[in-house]
Amino acid sequence: MIFGSRYIYEKGNRMAAIKIKNLTKSYGKARGIIDINLTVEDGEFFGFIGPNGAGKSTTIRTLLGMIQVTSGEARVLGYDIQKESTKLLSEIGYLPSEAVFYSGMKVKDVLKLSADLHKKDCAEERKRLCERLQLDVNRKVDELSFGNRKKVAIVCALQHNPRLLILDEPTSGLDPLMQKEFFDILRERNEKGVTIFLSSHILSEVQTHCKRAAIIREGRLIACDSVEELAKTNAKRVSIVGEVSIDALEGVRDKKTEQDSISFLYSGDVNTLIQHISKADIKDLSITEPDLEEIFMHYYEAEDK
Amino acid sequence: MTLIKHELRQGWKSLAIWTLSIGFFIVICVMMYPEMEGEMEEVSEMFSSMGAFTAAFGMDKLNFGTLIGFYAIECGNILGIGGAFFAAILGITALAKEEKERTAEFLLSHPVSRNKVITEKLIAVFLQIVIMNVLVYLMSIASIAGIGEEISWEELGLLHLAYFLVQIVLAGICFGISAFIRGNGIGAGIGLATVMYFINIVANITESAKDLKYLTPFGFAEGADIITNVDLEWKMVAINMVFAFIAVGMAYWKYAKKDIR
Repeated sequence: MIFGSRYIYEKGNRMAAIKIKNLTKSYGKARGIIDINLTVEDGEFFGFIGPNGAGKSTTIRTLLGMIQVTSGEARVLGYDIQKESTKLLSEIGYLPSEAVFYSGMKVKDVLKLSADLHKKDCAEERKRLCERLQLDVNRKVDELSFGNRKKVAIVCALQHNPRLLILDEPTSGLDPLMQKEFFDILRERNEKGVTIFLSSHILSEVQTHCKRAAIIREGRLIACDSVEELAKTNAKRVSIVGEVSIDALEGVRDKKTEQDSISFLYSGDVNTLIQHISKADIKDLSITEPDLEEIFMHYYEAEDK
Repeated sequence: MTLIKHELRQGWKSLAIWTLSIGFFIVICVMMYPEMEGEMEEVSEMFSSMGAFTAAFGMDKLNFGTLIGFYAIECGNILGIGGAFFAAILGITALAKEEKERTAEFLLSHPVSRNKVITEKLIAVFLQIVIMNVLVYLMSIASIAGIGEEISWEELGLLHLAYFLVQIVLAGICFGISAFIRGNGIGAGIGLATVMYFINIVANITESAKDLKYLTPFGFAEGADIITNVDLEWKMVAINMVFAFIAVGMAYWKYAKKDIR
């Protein structure tokens, strides 16, 4: 149904903002993305997690029509990414991981150019965003620091009030205060119904802001669920201070040993663990939920096995 | 329109430098004419007896004693080579610079189709060539009038038209190449223009290779022929225009499905 006409999309109660079906992009020998299936619902704040080189940017650039699809298909806001990319691009805002602008141009000219290419008068929104991000529009883009260039890119992505925001590593280069301001803006937009697709390798960012997330690894999607569910595994982070040997214990991962302490992810039976360590001389013990970072490693290691 | 304006704004400094440089040398050249006029008969004789070298530049057919004869060789070469380099650089950087300077991502994440990008860039290249040629032509007329020589309008117009067409052909071919490359194509562009120029010289010198003229736009921009015939070899112009059209067509074909990095 989703891949039917655009009409069906609009008639449906919930339109998928992004619907990717068996999408593959190969670059000869170099790895691209393999058989990606993913749906992002309208109005979602969605996280796309993976380390550098996993295929996040390739996926995004394919969705934007910058690179050709090898096989499979995808729709963004109901538009076919291969046939209707111009329409699609007019309704989305894209923030690239590394923003590069035309040398010699002033910030205000870049922002105006971006608005003109959208055929929209974005003056008001532009002014508001520049004030919030404290961006000096009279400077030349060549003189800007990485963080300030990022701000220019943020205004370019937001000023035309798009329905979908695709953000590729958006916070790199931004100081913590600006990151906060940026995420405030995103939250406001999201509350107004804008869908946000946040690609990041910073897990805390995704954990804090996104409701659902997908994990990509070596070009393949290895998990896609609510952030809560993704973080919910039977594994616990166990930290013990004292003399204890856990060599005989099964279900231990990510073991970190220090002088008189040991920390590991445990996914075996808790009773066995308690019995095992009850024989040892323990000064301190904590059993906690692992954070997303650890979960992430768990997904990665699980794939390796 | 947005992209055309943007391209012109981005390119105006380069356009100004090329226009002023070419115009400046042409004006200097024309200014030298009155001083050289008296010696021109000897020069003409000397030039016409240098064998292959004479033929290479068409100096066997021209009278150096007249301003237009002098202009066709001296100024013709300045505008011919300078204009060719300018056009080749414009053409070859048109699309490739976006990827080289990594601005392609900015440009193509906006709602502009690839075809529109090509069309507007092509128009911008064309306009810049027109502006350069009109300004150089005006500077040339002003300088000829300045030294008090009579202006042979038809010959002068045809000479400038020929060089304009050379630039259009070279820009078109280089534009086609531009869609295929990602790096800096300036070297390749200048190289191509130079090779084209020398193909014509080889064709001039070597009887058995004279048909090579059809393969280079310089073949129809031979000052000596234009002044002698007061016409262009339109067949050669047409053949070269076809090359340019094919190259531009290839640019549309290639760029529509190119992976932008």
